[in-house]
Amino acid sequence: MSALAHYFEEEGLATTAIALVREHAEKIRPPRALWVPFELGRPLGAPDEPEFQKQVLRAALALLESSAGPVVLEDFPDDAPGAKEEDMTGWVCPVSFAPPPAEDQGPVTATLQEIAELSPWYQLSLDRRKRTMVGVSGLEIDDATRYVASFLDETPAENPMPDRPAAFAFKDAFTDILAYYSEAGTAQPGTRSSQEVQDWFWQQTAAGKLMLAVQDAARNSADADLRIFAEKTMLPKTQGG
Amino acid sequence: MARMEDLVESEQAHLRHLPLPSFESTPWVGGPALSERRVAIVTTAGLSLRGEKLFTRGSADYRVIPGDADTGDVLMNHVSVNFDRTGFQDDVNVVYPIERMKEMAAAGEIGSVAGFHYSFMGATDTGEMESSARELAGMLKEDQVNAVILTPV
Repeated sequence: MSALAHYFEEEGLATTAIALVREHAEKIRPPRALWVPFELGRPLGAPDEPEFQKQVLRAALALLESSAGPVVLEDFPDDAPGAKEEDMTGWVCPVSFAPPPAEDQGPVTATLQEIAELSPWYQLSLDRRKRTMVGVSGLEIDDATRYVASFLDETPAENPMPDRPAAFAFKDAFTDILAYYSEAGTAQPGTRSSQEVQDWFWQQTAAGKLMLAVQDAARNSADADLRIFAEKTMLPKTQGG
Repeated sequence: MARMEDLVESEQAHLRHLPLPSFESTPWVGGPALSERRVAIVTTAGLSLRGEKLFTRGSADYRVIPGDADTGDVLMNHVSVNFDRTGFQDDVNVVYPIERMKEMAAAGEIGSVAGFHYSFMGATDTGEMESSARELAGMLKEDQVNAVILTPV
């Protein structure tokens, strides 16, 4: 991120960067950067906190009026609202799943059943948020699940995204599954940490178990891109990835 | 909580050992007061509009997000799973603060908001992004932009 600032400024455009990893900004030395002590993925601090978000923007934009540079690296002084993990313990997904299907029905059936049970919660999320992050692959969520699950087989299903290499179609379908669960599981307003949502998906859902099995299989794929994805970017580091 | 010590050890190690570019000098472009700035957002969050060409791992190109695009159509297509997405799921402004920028322009805190904003894919070799970034600088200037705010994930 900060490297882009060098290129833009060399082309005559003034920049100010928000930095989530202070150590990186120290090394790359963009002309102006505001380090923020927020969770990775939240450079403006917290969702639905417009005044706080504007405080962050004001601090970053104010660096454009600084005469202290080149290289101004300031620290934003405040933690994000609701960012303290100790304030967020105890979240449980509000969805009470039916008992899982019999073992012999397999993980795909269990996941599809789970997806169906989550459907009203996903709809509630859509109604409340007026938007969804599902839709990267363009597949219906059941089809995205079947496609990802097919990598458990010796010969995966035909790539449903003809313009994308199979490994990226796999990744896009997987991204949609994660988004579907995350949005459905958090459809009700309330306090929860991203870690709790992640733990729920990977440790308590049939889909999480299915994705772990698929990840394991994909590690041995003949497709190098798929192997890299399975090895390096499919499972969060907080889940042992 | 992006203090390094708050991250799990494997993530700390990953971030500490990421190859980073180095620059011999740091350019410094001045400009008018904030109230006269036209500001664009450039993010490395891997954002694209629904139905648009998707990023792949290592993509060095960028996607255009018109300032009047429906935020419901702004999707995240980033390759990494090691950052929070629930914030963006609730509110695009936590990554792409378009509504906040418009409010600040309406209040006179900045001059105006650019007509177009842009997203790169993060976790990409920045050297590979250089030519795209320089090309993009020309497009930003055509939009009369004189300040860019850069947001990571």
